[in-house]
Amino acid sequence: MNRTLAIGRRRIGIELLQFFRDRESAIFNFMLPMILLIIFGSVFANQEIGFEDVTFSQYFLAGMIASGILYTSFQNLAIAIPMERDDSTLKRLAGLPMPKASYFIGKAGMVFVAYVAQVIILLIVGILFFGIDLPSGGNKWFTFAWVSILGLASCTLLGIAFSVVPKQGKGASAIVAPIVLVLQFTSGVFFVFTELPSWMQTFASFFPLRWLTQAMRFVFLPDGAQVIEAGGEWQLGLAALVLIAWTVIGFVLALTVFRWSPRGEK
Amino acid sequence: MEPIEVEHLRKVYADVVAVADVSFTVATGECLALLGPNGAGKTTTTEILEGYRRADSGTARVLGVDPATGGMDWRARLGIVLQADRDLGDLTVREAVQHFAGYFPHPRDPDDVIAAVGLQAKAKSRNGKLSGGQRRRLDVALGIVGCPEVLFLDEPTTGFDPAARREFWDLIAGLKDEGTTILLTTHYLEEAEHLADRVAVIANGRVVAYDTPANLGNRSQASALVTWEESGSERSEATDEPTRFISELATRFNGEVPGLQVHRPSLEETYLSLIASDSAARQDTEDGAM
Repeated sequence: MNRTLAIGRRRIGIELLQFFRDRESAIFNFMLPMILLIIFGSVFANQEIGFEDVTFSQYFLAGMIASGILYTSFQNLAIAIPMERDDSTLKRLAGLPMPKASYFIGKAGMVFVAYVAQVIILLIVGILFFGIDLPSGGNKWFTFAWVSILGLASCTLLGIAFSVVPKQGKGASAIVAPIVLVLQFTSGVFFVFTELPSWMQTFASFFPLRWLTQAMRFVFLPDGAQVIEAGGEWQLGLAALVLIAWTVIGFVLALTVFRWSPRGEK
Repeated sequence: MEPIEVEHLRKVYADVVAVADVSFTVATGECLALLGPNGAGKTTTTEILEGYRRADSGTARVLGVDPATGGMDWRARLGIVLQADRDLGDLTVREAVQHFAGYFPHPRDPDDVIAAVGLQAKAKSRNGKLSGGQRRRLDVALGIVGCPEVLFLDEPTTGFDPAARREFWDLIAGLKDEGTTILLTTHYLEEAEHLADRVAVIANGRVVAYDTPANLGNRSQASALVTWEESGSERSEATDEPTRFISELATRFNGEVPGLQVHRPSLEETYLSLIASDSAARQDTEDGAM
């Protein structure tokens, strides 16, 4: 167990080094939320969204932090792992005296560090350019912590499981990116959620991102802003339930479907 | 018990027999070369021994352990040199070798290993920028950094220039002297002749010849072909007693024999004829069956 953790820690270091050095992954999984925040925040800077002085850029910041969970975990892993399966990374690791769990510790640790760094930068951008205030009160930070952890856990496991879907590493981003984009459009990231057609709201409610965005709005918007949420409530309990359910589903899927070797090999 | 023992190994994919019946052993400090055309079953055999695949039947033992059940302690005693050229591209040579050393309980010094494979000048270069030959040397470095007792070398010198290949052979000879047991697959017969104590020629999933490079296919006892020039044309004679034949020739010519050559089959010729006779034999049985 100690060895698994010790090697897992070394894997986190090497994973982070490779994550940030790989220009494509650094831009696509790490920089993208900041770029989008600057663009959307500037275009719709002071557009109000129906409650007091809450601006779209504040609403969008919460959506981008929630999207950051999806980018750094699901999108990152569902693209990187098929590439690792193709380029013999996984084969090489399977031939080493490395406990298999250490590989997943490395991935989870990388996702966690990348997400924390991303949130810090997003908040700095938000505070400096869009007049966003840091949440006040332990309750909001506590919610921020558990929502982040449940979101990262479920989307990391789902990313590991989804890594078996792309046939080849090369095409993985073309399969994964549209899924992330559709979820963002339907989950209240680019548009105010309650202004979307109701079938779209229903669709998005099956997936984690809708609940992540709503919970992040609880953290970053004023308390009274819940009047613009579905049913006029923050629905944190329901958010927790959905995220826990996806964590369980992701865990079972990751455990049963993950492959170390490319298709056609066993 | 020898470090590598393989008996009647067999592996079938769907309807393709990849390994029909392969047996060999490799002793401590010995290097066995697996030779054979592409698709002969070399890689499947090696991957069963490395624990990547399971055999359908037969036994495989590496360091006394069935590779299908080998744990971390067993893996720590193996070195695997893969044929990969795209992974680890964003790390430098030194970062990769240092990282891999960390998986093993008693690794070699990473800088020594980098020097041994001749990559000192490239230690700070990104692996993605290495040439093909340099990249293979990195793979070798990653395979030996754990100080393995058994080393699997899969076509290690593909893309090496002749000087680099010689240096690599010296490196492998040094590992053998330290007692490392080596299973080498290669397409270069010269490499097998230089490095291997014994050679197993695999064709169509079977070992068709298994001997020292010098004796393979009985080539040390094979007839020699003596050629010379006489009356303006080239003459030749196959003989089992070339020395006696040449001394008779010398008597007849009363001294120097013009254009004299004695030729015994090279390892390459022996190998090619073994492969050819094996496929001819298979063709006959298949024809007979129809």
